[in-house]
Amino acid sequence: MSDTAPIAGQGAGVGRSGRVALFSRALAGGLAPVLTVVAALIAFWYLACIPMNAAQSVLDASRAGAVVSPESPAERRQMGGLALALGNPGIAFEGAYSQERARLPAPHQVAAELWNSTARIAPTSPRSLIYHAWVTLSATGLGFLIGTGLGILLAVGIVHSRVMDMSVMPWAIVSQTIPIIAIAPMIIVVLYSIGIQGLVPKAVISAYLSFFPVIVGMVKGLRSPDAMQLDLLATYGASKPETFWKLRLPASTPYLFASLKIGFAAALIGAIVGELPTGATAGLGARLLAGSYYGQTVQIWSALFAAAILAALCVGLIGMIERALLGRMGMRR
Amino acid sequence: MTIISAKDLNLTFQTNDGPVHALKDVNLDVSKGEFVSFIGPSGCGKTTFLRCVAGLETPTGGTLTVDGMTPDEARRARAYGYVFQAAGLYPWRTIGGNIRLPLEIMGYSAAEKDRRVKETLELVDLAGFEQKYPWQLSGGMQQRASIARALSFDADILLMDEPFGALDEIVRDRLNEELLRLWARTEKTMLFVTHSIPEAVYLSTKIVVMSPRPGRISDVIDSPLPKERPLDIRDSREFIEIAHRVREGLRAGMEAA
Repeated sequence: MSDTAPIAGQGAGVGRSGRVALFSRALAGGLAPVLTVVAALIAFWYLACIPMNAAQSVLDASRAGAVVSPESPAERRQMGGLALALGNPGIAFEGAYSQERARLPAPHQVAAELWNSTARIAPTSPRSLIYHAWVTLSATGLGFLIGTGLGILLAVGIVHSRVMDMSVMPWAIVSQTIPIIAIAPMIIVVLYSIGIQGLVPKAVISAYLSFFPVIVGMVKGLRSPDAMQLDLLATYGASKPETFWKLRLPASTPYLFASLKIGFAAALIGAIVGELPTGATAGLGARLLAGSYYGQTVQIWSALFAAAILAALCVGLIGMIERALLGRMGMRR
Repeated sequence: MTIISAKDLNLTFQTNDGPVHALKDVNLDVSKGEFVSFIGPSGCGKTTFLRCVAGLETPTGGTLTVDGMTPDEARRARAYGYVFQAAGLYPWRTIGGNIRLPLEIMGYSAAEKDRRVKETLELVDLAGFEQKYPWQLSGGMQQRASIARALSFDADILLMDEPFGALDEIVRDRLNEELLRLWARTEKTMLFVTHSIPEAVYLSTKIVVMSPRPGRISDVIDSPLPKERPLDIRDSREFIEIAHRVREGLRAGMEAA
């Protein structure tokens, strides 16, 4: 070994330039348009804050002694937010982004609230969004597992039995036409009367919503092998269970993952809705409810975003598992 | 020795537009080790006949024996390998895994499975592709893999339903040549459905010409060509004469219908 330091070792800079190439490719091939859309949405949101919060801005300004038009509060109450904002452009703009209980809080207010209630508070505190997200997530996860298991089992039954196909599928479809907001309180009341409360009723509502996409996707997936592939197994004298394990189940995997993504989002909605009628004190649903009781719009919006971020993370995780599994199975997508 | 025997075979499908006579009074004997091609326009029942032999369709009249058994018994006894029009390899299995599929179902031991996969891959000239996935192979290679899959459990009969129909002519010529070599080496009984006249004449010891509505046999030609057949045999006089007779048979069948 020589002890002179290499000026440029083999492969030096490869990692970096590789990363740079990846970044520029992402920018050209998808990130740039995505960011443009996000920027446009945020700009629209900021713009919308002005008329949405105009009534309060003008009221605050007139209380502080500023001249506003029209001067009579009764007259102002008759006017829409847009007209008020156009009549008092300076005042409406100044007051739009700093109200504590804005009708429409500004993005930076929501972002600050999100930051304050996640990063700056211990996750065990009842004021932490992470705590509430965890409460909701545990119900969602349990319900998602129950719903997915139930959906897969029912789909297997439907594919193998004509009687089940005729009898289960219509009820599965009917079950989804009932508004969840109507049936959720009933589920909670009925389960409470037999002594079950807490996590399980919410999970049941989650399962109720998430089994449906799984059953639909899996029926389609288990039936996806064409006649030729089924004939092929028939020429080997394969049994029904062999056909299931060697052909139907692996063929249904891509369909399963598509269903799981929809099913998870549905399960999360189910858990949140399940928290609304119980007067629950924990969970994102409880946070939404409390926010609307006390007019804490910033709290409502940050809980909404927490739910959206949670769903995005979990669906993203399912997508990663999907890519890894299908990659291992050799199925290029 | 007769291995497949059809007597007065009839098959009528009931459809919404009334009964369709897919096979009418088909009589045919196939001897062990023969290479029989079935040729005819679509709807002449050539694929249906093959599916009857495989026990995938049930005839509505007449008798059909395969290796002394009913087709259904023969199917359960794994008496034949079947090659479909499309390769139909499972995308989630490697080439080796696909060939292993029938062996898994038939309960071969692990060592036996490995040996047979290796052997059949060599037989179809795909040695070294065991770990590849189907999408990594060309159409012709995929079809060869599907032939290997049908050969892996070493049944005496190979049923092939237009296996090269979707391939271009250059690839098809090469696979035809390979198929003849394979047949010579394995001495299997081949039933081969095609709608290419040169392919039928080049491959077969017996050509069954079929015609549609109702599906029936209009001519059976025993080929005088030698067993050893280089590709340029297709320019020989005998070859052209047989091809001519096949064409005449096809035309006569169309006119009668």
